[in-house]
Amino acid sequence: MRDTNDELAVQVAELSRSFGSFVAVDRVSFSVARGEIFGFLGANGAGKTTTIRMLCGLLVPSSGSGTVAGFDVMRDYERIKHRIGYMSQKFSLYDDLTVRENLEFYGGMYGLNSRRIGERIAELFESVGLREHADKLAGDLPLGWKQRMSLTAALIHDPDIIFLDEPTSGVDPVSRRSFWLLIYELADRGKTVFVSTHYMDEAEYCNRLSIMKLGRIVELARPADLKSKYGVPTMQEVFLQAVSGDE
Amino acid sequence: MTAQTQLPIAVRELHKRFGETTAVDNVSFEVEPAQIFGLIGPDGGGKTTIIRTIVSLISCDSGEVFFQGRSVAREPGYVRSNVGYMPQRFSLYQDLTVAENLTFFGDLFGVPKEKLTRRIEQLYEFSALGPFRTRRAGALSGGMKQKLALSCMLVHAPEVIVLDEPTFGVDPVSRNDFWKILKTLAREGTTILVSTAYMDEALQCDRVALVYRGRLLAEDRPENLKLQYGEPLYLAATDAPHLAYNAIHPSGLCRECNLFGDGVHFTLAEPATAEQVAQRCADSGVPLSGTHRIEPALEDLFLKLMKE
Amino acid sequence: MNRTFVSIFKKELIHIFRDVQSLFMVLSMPLLMLLLYGYAITLDMKGIDIAIIDQSHTPESRQLVDRIASTDFFHIAARDVPVDIIGDLFKTRTARCALVIPEDFARTLSSGRETRVQLIVDASDPNAANFVTNYVGQVISRQNASGNPGSHALFSVSPRVFYNPDMRSADFFVPGLIALILILISTLLTSIAIVREKETGTMEQLLVSPIRPLQLILGKVLPYTMLGFIDGVLILVVGSIWFNVPIEGSLLLVLAMMMIYVVTGISLGILVSTLAKTQAVAMLVAVMLTILPSMMMSGFIFPIASMPRVFQYVSTIIPATYFLQIIRGIVLKGNTIANLYQQAAILLGMDVLLIALAVRSFRVRLE
Repeated sequence: MRDTNDELAVQVAELSRSFGSFVAVDRVSFSVARGEIFGFLGANGAGKTTTIRMLCGLLVPSSGSGTVAGFDVMRDYERIKHRIGYMSQKFSLYDDLTVRENLEFYGGMYGLNSRRIGERIAELFESVGLREHADKLAGDLPLGWKQRMSLTAALIHDPDIIFLDEPTSGVDPVSRRSFWLLIYELADRGKTVFVSTHYMDEAEYCNRLSIMKLGRIVELARPADLKSKYGVPTMQEVFLQAVSGDE
Repeated sequence: MTAQTQLPIAVRELHKRFGETTAVDNVSFEVEPAQIFGLIGPDGGGKTTIIRTIVSLISCDSGEVFFQGRSVAREPGYVRSNVGYMPQRFSLYQDLTVAENLTFFGDLFGVPKEKLTRRIEQLYEFSALGPFRTRRAGALSGGMKQKLALSCMLVHAPEVIVLDEPTFGVDPVSRNDFWKILKTLAREGTTILVSTAYMDEALQCDRVALVYRGRLLAEDRPENLKLQYGEPLYLAATDAPHLAYNAIHPSGLCRECNLFGDGVHFTLAEPATAEQVAQRCADSGVPLSGTHRIEPALEDLFLKLMKE
Repeated sequence: MNRTFVSIFKKELIHIFRDVQSLFMVLSMPLLMLLLYGYAITLDMKGIDIAIIDQSHTPESRQLVDRIASTDFFHIAARDVPVDIIGDLFKTRTARCALVIPEDFARTLSSGRETRVQLIVDASDPNAANFVTNYVGQVISRQNASGNPGSHALFSVSPRVFYNPDMRSADFFVPGLIALILILISTLLTSIAIVREKETGTMEQLLVSPIRPLQLILGKVLPYTMLGFIDGVLILVVGSIWFNVPIEGSLLLVLAMMMIYVVTGISLGILVSTLAKTQAVAMLVAVMLTILPSMMMSGFIFPIASMPRVFQYVSTIIPATYFLQIIRGIVLKGNTIANLYQQAAILLGMDVLLIALAVRSFRVRLE
């Protein structure tokens, strides 16, 4: 019988974080399986960003418990950081470096030695399909390719968990879809994917979603289930109903 | 052309290149009074270039732009003094308070003092920013900053307003509020030209132009646009959309085949049938819950037109 | 349309006062530099170790020795040692120089013949040696002036002594500092103020309004003109009260000239801002265009006449060159406009040229 903990990438219970007297995250509990694509939704100030930072090992919780990638969120947050790949909104790349140089830089940042970096770049070019652009300047790439590049950089150290922050904002619908195909493939191979977004159509691609309001999780379910629960056809409308009401 | 003088904005055969790249390629459209006209499309498609040309910040290589009947190229001062403009990634003066920002823009446009005071009060009500009037703009939340930027633009009561991606990066609730405000303005007679990358916002406009790679792919009322699709669209519903996509896409059974959160949206390549598609999925082990026809949405249309 | 201008002006004032850090720097930097130059980096030397060898032992020779002892310049490190150990004194750095008063000093003095004293200087530091020679020369001139006819000064008197009897660097530096600070502040702040609008994106918003370039420029520039002016006055006041720098000429003239000079700095700042895309670049260019040339090539420290020909040409296009002449002239020499109209006219000419260029190159479109 397999230890179920092996299958869970994230398991948190009663996780809280306060800043002074302000409770940013209020006793949040959930678990995310390996290979799951998990979405974080919420208005600004709802506690979304704070929760994510705790999961990425960037912030220590005030109370509660949990593990991310097998490491304790309270004690081992430093080591969590190394197991997470982060793709930022608007793809922070160095415009005047080539694709290859960008990747080499990020590889170095994550502490990989040059041989390993070379291997990873070759592997990633294979799976992501960037090879023909390898020696182009990042600044010259069209937006869809910048997006791929940014994802590749986040994957360079072969993390177990990737965190995507509004990964497809402003990207054309076709590129957006090929990007999501990539993400699905990564998930199939056992990588866990967190997505934080205001784009409700990105939310639709997630396996499960959490909607936060005033520091608490008010909804945690699959997109299809949420839509039938609220009786509406789009996530946009689910969100509006879930989050509005008592202000 | 007498119609010109009536129209708040008229763009005719606009062309603009930046070096080698064609940013705007033969774009023409008209905005009617009290209408909300949306330029919808991804980044880099030319929306911002079109808008900047309309407000005279950029000159065009060929074509003409008219603002309330006056040529923008020949009389840039007119459009600049009369339009309400909210640029992309709008920025306010972070170290000035809400009140100071509003007063500044009022003075900038020469709004008479008395009118200005009254109008600012109205804007406070309208934007719910009244209680924050002494707060520095930098300390406001994203949604409030957006409302402030809108108010600053409205302070000189322009008849025509032009907004470039005003809801960028803002959460859906605030976005919703913002569009409610825009609709109110339109009802009260303001003409609005707005650009956005959010496809769902297109449905809030009276008229929509899909912009991609500098060209207008389509232009009509949103409900009419969906009718433009021209052929039946099906959904292969599944929890594993990518598996369905990988099964269907190379099969040759479909013309359009696009990944969506709820499955794959596809159109049939004659003489294939939806059942065949379902069968193909089953053969590949894809957990399909069924195939059925669906109404094309704007995104489906955009995807189809993009590829042409 | 005036309201447009006033709105920009008011807004800029608010920005200035709310940016406490920059404001503090603008007001305190001049004072800091003043203290620095006034006290720490003094070109005066004090307490130079001197060995006095009085072979005459007469009241006249003792008078000379007392004069030397009573100045701050010298510290008597050795008295009446044998002449042949002077070399050792220098080697061990016990003394930098030695004054040997010959045995027949008093006799030759009273006989009205040319009297000599011997000054031996350790010239391994030529700069210091220069000072030593000058100071000793001064002391001796005073000795001469106090009614000993017939004695000659051994050294020529430098013209500076005429106007700066104590040869105090403060008198030299304070006016110079005003020139430096004024142009730095006015160019730097102006260029940053305008580029900031570009960088934050508010410029795009401002352009789509009834505003005209001149209104925008003037509205932004006026607050900094005032600030620069206040700085100049601050330095002058502190300089004269604290460092006792006298102001020989008309104060009104000083202020008027400062205005012209500040406008030069500001026009330069506007020009820089039309070319720079980021505040960082604007800052760098502003500093390079003002501090370096104004410090090195305008006559601030090093006389223009001592520079290579190329730099002398360069100095003619540096505003600080002219302003230095103006302000030193008024403050130290009591010059009037009659003496300085040429320099003033050149500065005014620069103002007009720079403003015209700035307004021309100010872009009203985004491309």
